[in-house]
Amino acid sequence: MLLTLVALCFIRPMAAQDTPLISGGVGFFTATDAGKTTYLPIVEPLLAAPIGPHFLIESRAVLLESFDPNGDGQPGYNHSHFIGLTYLQGDYTLSPHLTIVAGSYLIPFNTYNDRLSPIWIGNFQRGPLIATLGTESTGTGTGGMLSGSAISRNKYSLSYNGYFSSLVNNTNFQSKRSAGGRVSLFFPDHGLEVGLSYNRQLQGVRENFYGAHIWWEPANSGFQLRSEFARAHHAQGYWIETAYRTQAFGGFNSFIGRIEPLFRMQQTFRRDDVFSDALPLVNTQIADFGLDYNLPHNTRILTSYSREFSSTGNFNIWQTGIVYRFLTPAWKGK
Amino acid sequence: MPLHRILLPLVLLGASVALAQSATPAKPPASQADKNHPAMPAVPQHEDEGSRIFRQNCSRCHNTPEGFSPTISGTVLRHMSVRASLSMRDKAELLRFLNP
Repeated sequence: MLLTLVALCFIRPMAAQDTPLISGGVGFFTATDAGKTTYLPIVEPLLAAPIGPHFLIESRAVLLESFDPNGDGQPGYNHSHFIGLTYLQGDYTLSPHLTIVAGSYLIPFNTYNDRLSPIWIGNFQRGPLIATLGTESTGTGTGGMLSGSAISRNKYSLSYNGYFSSLVNNTNFQSKRSAGGRVSLFFPDHGLEVGLSYNRQLQGVRENFYGAHIWWEPANSGFQLRSEFARAHHAQGYWIETAYRTQAFGGFNSFIGRIEPLFRMQQTFRRDDVFSDALPLVNTQIADFGLDYNLPHNTRILTSYSREFSSTGNFNIWQTGIVYRFLTPAWKGK
Repeated sequence: MPLHRILLPLVLLGASVALAQSATPAKPPASQADKNHPAMPAVPQHEDEGSRIFRQNCSRCHNTPEGFSPTISGTVLRHMSVRASLSMRDKAELLRFLNP
C-alpha cells in the first residue's frame, strides 16, 4: 500500500479522462446461522491509477469488523477485525490481445473469484462453497499473468488468462506456487458465455483443479443465469444462480423493477476421505432464496434465506445487508 | 440421494428459464444524475454501438453505476478492459459512449 501511495505521487494523468479513481463498496451485513447472529460492517476500497498510456496500477483492500456471539451459552458478543489487501497488481497493456499483469492478482479460475467477489457486485452476501477450489484457498496468486482477447468478432469473442504464482508467506500477500489459466467464449447475440479453467498446485499435494462455467444473460431481458462447476482430486461441486428484474411495470427503475428475486442451488461432493481442500467434509447442499432491492444512488439491499442440508445436520441461514457502491476521482481532474 | 433434492432445483431452474423466455425486451435502465456527478449517458431509443458494448461487457457482471465524473471515464475504461479483454474498437466505442 505504501508503494502504491508513493507511486500515486508521481502520476500525471495522460488525458482528461484518466484521473486515478477510488471506488469500492461500504456494507453492513448480518447473518443468522442456526440461530447465531453475526454482524459484519465492511469496507472494500478499490484504487485504479493509470501511469502513462499503457500502465495501470490497481488494488483492492478489505477492512472489516466481525461481531460474533460468545460461545458456551455466555451472553454478549466478542469482536475481531481484519485489514488487508485483496490484491495489488500492475497491468501493462501491450495490445488488446495482450496485457501483462504482475504483482498480487485474483486467480482467474471460473468466474466468482475475479468477477463476482466484490461486495458491490455479488447478488448474495456469501460466495458459493466451491469458490475455494482452484483458487488456492487464498484467492490470490503472486507472480505474473497474461490476459487478453484472442479473437473478437461481432458474433463471438474468445478471451484468455494464463498465470504463474510463486509461494509467498508474507503477511500481506499469501499465495501458493501454482499455475493455470482460463479460456472463455462469448456469443453476444445470445448473451451466452462458456468457459473452461485449469489450475495446478505446484507445492505440497500436487493437485489439479478443473473448472467450467456457463453464463446466459439474454439481452434486455433482466434475466441472469450463472453457473460453475469445479472438480478437485478429492472433492467437486457446482452452483447455479438465477436472477430476474422485470421491466413490465414501468422499467427497471420503477418500484417493482428494482426488486430482484434470486435463487441459487449449490452442492458439494466428497470423492474420497482425503481432505486437501476447503470444501465441507461431508456432502452438502444449500438452496439459497434471495430478494435484493436495487435502491437509487448505487445502493443495494441484499436479503436471503438459505437451507443447508448435510449428514451433520440441517439448518437455516438468514442474511440481510446493505451495500453502497462509490466511484469517485482520487483528486479533482482538469 | 433423495430424488426430490435433485428435482427441486431443476424445477426452480426451469421455471426461471421459462420466465426469462417470456420476458419482454425493453429499454436498458435509465440513469440518474446530480450536479456534481453527471449521469451515465442516457441510452437513446436507437441503440448505439457503445451502449451495446457496455451492456455486453460491463453489465454482464455488475449493475450500471448511476453516475460518475467524466474525468475518470478513461480510467474506468482501462480498468474494465483488463477485466473484460476489450478490443481496441470496443474501447473506442465505449469511451464515446461514456463521453458523448
